[in-house]
Amino acid sequence: MTEDIILKLEGITKIFPGVRALDRVHFELRRGEVHALMGENGAGKSTFIKVITGVHAAEEGKMYLDGREVHFRGPGDARDAGIAAVYQHPTSYPELSVTENIFIGHQLSRGGIIQWDEMNKRAEELLAGLHAGFRVTEEMGALSVAQQQMVEIAKALSMNARIIILDEPTAALSRTESEELYHIVDQLRESGISVIFISHRMEDMYRLANRVTVFRDSRYIGTYEVDKIPESDLIKAMVGREITDMYPKPEVKPGKELLRLEKLSRTGYFEDVSLHVRAGEIVGLTGLVGAGRTEVMEAACGITRADSGRVYLEGRELTIRRPADAMKAGLILLPEDRQKQGLILSWGLGRNVTLPIRRELAKGGVFNDEKKEREIAKKHLEEVDTKAVSIFDPVSFLSGGNQQKVVVAKALAQKNMKVIVMDEPTKGVDVGAKAEIYMIMGELAGRGYGILMISSEMPETLGMCDRIYVMCKGRVTGCLSRGEVTQEEILSLAMEKSAGWKEERG
Amino acid sequence: MNKKSFWKKITDSRDASLVLVLIVLLAVIEILSPSFLSFNNVRQIFLNNALTLLMALGMLCVMLTGGIDISITSILAFAGMTVGLLQKYDVLHNTLLLFVIGAAIGLCCGMLNGIVIAKGKVAPIICTMGFMYIWRGMAYVISNNAWASGKDVSGFSDFGKDGAAGPYLILLAAYILFFIVMRWTRFGRRFYAVGSNKEAARISGINVARTIAAAYAVMGLLAGISGALSVSIYASAQPNMQYGKEMDVIAACVIGGISMNGGRGSVAGTFLGAMIIAIIAKALPLVGIDAITQNLVKGIIILAVVSLNVFTQRAINRQNLGRREI
Repeated sequence: MTEDIILKLEGITKIFPGVRALDRVHFELRRGEVHALMGENGAGKSTFIKVITGVHAAEEGKMYLDGREVHFRGPGDARDAGIAAVYQHPTSYPELSVTENIFIGHQLSRGGIIQWDEMNKRAEELLAGLHAGFRVTEEMGALSVAQQQMVEIAKALSMNARIIILDEPTAALSRTESEELYHIVDQLRESGISVIFISHRMEDMYRLANRVTVFRDSRYIGTYEVDKIPESDLIKAMVGREITDMYPKPEVKPGKELLRLEKLSRTGYFEDVSLHVRAGEIVGLTGLVGAGRTEVMEAACGITRADSGRVYLEGRELTIRRPADAMKAGLILLPEDRQKQGLILSWGLGRNVTLPIRRELAKGGVFNDEKKEREIAKKHLEEVDTKAVSIFDPVSFLSGGNQQKVVVAKALAQKNMKVIVMDEPTKGVDVGAKAEIYMIMGELAGRGYGILMISSEMPETLGMCDRIYVMCKGRVTGCLSRGEVTQEEILSLAMEKSAGWKEERG
Repeated sequence: MNKKSFWKKITDSRDASLVLVLIVLLAVIEILSPSFLSFNNVRQIFLNNALTLLMALGMLCVMLTGGIDISITSILAFAGMTVGLLQKYDVLHNTLLLFVIGAAIGLCCGMLNGIVIAKGKVAPIICTMGFMYIWRGMAYVISNNAWASGKDVSGFSDFGKDGAAGPYLILLAAYILFFIVMRWTRFGRRFYAVGSNKEAARISGINVARTIAAAYAVMGLLAGISGALSVSIYASAQPNMQYGKEMDVIAACVIGGISMNGGRGSVAGTFLGAMIIAIIAKALPLVGIDAITQNLVKGIIILAVVSLNVFTQRAINRQNLGRREI
C-alpha cells in the first residue's frame, strides 16, 4: 500500500506576513491517479501547489517523494525530481516561440550551443502527442488560451515529469476545449503519470478524478473517493455550510420588452443576431468560446461598432457610438475580465462604484462631491452585500466573488439602469460566492431589471435563465425556454457546424 | 506549408522591414549625394559610430530584461579618463592592458548598477540616473578637469586611429559573439525569458535577479571597453567625452525594434538600428541639410522609423490573430 504513494505531505504550514496560508495540511498522491484538490478561493490550494513545486518553502512539515523525505530549495529542485505544474494563468513567454516556451530552463544544448532544430523536432513530437494543431515556431502570444495550456502541458512532459499539477486548467476553456483537456489527462493517467487537479468545476472532478481532497480556510478537511461522496456533502465540506438552493431563480412574470437587437451584424464576428430581453427576465446567451457572444453584446453596448442592425431599448431605437451612450440609455455591460475592464484595482471600492457617475454628482459639474459619492457607494455596496472592511479598501484586496459584487454595485449606481449584461459573471469565482452572485441576479430580476447573462457554464445557464439563446459561429442557432431545455440540446445547437470548423484549423 | 510571398515575409519580420528602410534610405541619399557609398565613406561611418554600435549590444541585453541604462556614457568617461590618465602620468602604456583596465572598470560600474537594480529593486532609470552623475563626476574628479592630450596617448591611439584595423576588429568580434550568445546559448536566452515574463522565469528556475544584474554588468563592460576605444580613436581623454550620446544608443535600439517592455529584440535589429542612426547623422550634412536643422530632422526620422516598427508589429499580431480565428 505504501509503495503506491508517490507523493506525501504531512503537517505543512506556510505563513505569509500576517496570514497563515496553510495550517498543518496533509496530502497524499497515489501513483497514476488523478487527484482533485478543491476548496473555495483563498482556501490555500495555490499556495499548497507552490510548496510542492518549491516556489514557496514551508515553515513546518515534511514532504516525501517515493517514501523518501525531500527538501526543495527552489523550483529547479522540484523540476529535477519530476514535478511540473501548469499554473492557473499560463506562465508563458508571449514574445517567444512555442518551442522556446517548452524548453526554457532546460534547453537541449551541445557544447553550450542550443540545438534549435532538435528542440523544434522534439516539440513537434510532444504537441503531436497532444493533438495540437499549431506550429512550434509560432509566437506563444498568438495562441489561444487553450493552445497555450497545451504548450504548458507539453512543457511538463518535456521534463519527463512524473507528477503534473494542473491549477484550474479549465477556467478559461470552452466546453470542447475542456473535453480535449480531459482526454489529455486520461492519456497522462494511462501512461502512469500522477495528476493533481485544481478546479472549481464539479464536472471536471467527476469526469476526471479518482479521489478528491478538500481544503477550507487554510486547513485540511478530508480526502474522499469521488464516486462515494454525494455532491451536497462535498460542497458542504468546501464551504463549511450547506447551500440549500444553488440557483435561487425567482418566479418573475416577465414584463414589457426592454432590450431588442435586430439583425445585428459585424463582419468577421457575428451575423444577423436578433434577440430580446423583457423586464424581470434572465436571458442566457451561450455557445462555445469564440462563437461571438461577447462580441455581439460589446457591439450592442457601444464598445465596438456593428456594421448593420438596430438596437432598441423600451421600443425606442438607440444610436450608440460610445459605451457612454449605452450607459446613458440604461444598457450596462459588466465585462468578463473584471480586473482589466471592470475595475480599477488599486482604487478603493467606493471610488470604483461612483466612477461612471462622478460627473452627475459633482458640484456645479466640476468639483467632486466626495461625501455624496461615499454615501451612494455605501448604499449600493450594501445592497449587494459586499464583504469589505471599508469602502476605502482597494478592490485588489477582495476575492473574485466580492470583486464581481463591486462591479454589480457600480452598475446599480446608475439610476436609469434597465438592462444589465453580465459576461461570464462567475468565472474564477468559488462555489460560495457563486451562489451569492446568483442570488443578486435573482433579486435584480425581481426588481424588474432585464438581465442578459453570457455564460459557458451549463449548470448556471440551465439553473438561472428563463430563456437561453445559443450561438454558433457568429449566428443564433436557437432560443430555448426554461423547463424544456436539456444540456444535450444546447450542446448540439452550439456545435451544429463546428465539426467542420475543427477540421479547417488542423 | 505554403510559400510566403515577398511582402508577407517583409511584414512577418521586423528585421526585414528594417533592411528595407535602410535600403530606401541609402537609395535616396545616393541619389541626392552620389558616391555616398564609397569605401572610404562607409569606413568613416563605422569608425565614427563604433562606440554607439558597441554599446548598443549592451543596451540590447538591458532592454531585453525590460530595463534601461542612462549611465553608460558616464561609465565610458570614467573608464576612458582612467585609461588616459594612466598614460599621462606614464604608469602604463601597454595597449592590451589598458583595454583590460577600461573593461574592468566598466564591468565593476555595471555590476554596481545591476546589484542596486536587481537586489535593491530600484527603478532602472532612477538608479542609472544616479550613477550617471556619479561616474561623470568621478571622471572630472580624477582628472581634476584636465585632459589627456594626443601626445600623452600617442602610442595607444595607433590602435584606433583612422586607417587602423583595431576598432573594426573589436566591432566584428563583438557582433559575432553576441549573435551567437543571444541566439544559441542559455545565458543569452535568459535575458529574453526574464524580459518576457519575470514570474514565469522565476518559476522555471531562472535566477531573475542574477540575470538582470548580468545585463547591466555586460552593459558596463561594453561601456568600459568603449571608454578605452574612445581614447584610442579620438586620441584624447576628457571628462565630458561622449556627453549625451547615451540617447543615440537607446535610439538605435528602439529603432532596431527592441521593445521597451522587454522580451523582444535581436542582435541583427540592434545593428540595423545603429546603422540607421549612423547613416542619418552622416548623410544629413551631405544632402544639404544644414547643421541647425539636423537635430530636428533626426528626431522626425527616429519617430517615423519607430512608427513604422509599431505598425509592422501590429500587422504581425493581426496576422497571428487571423490565423488563430480561422
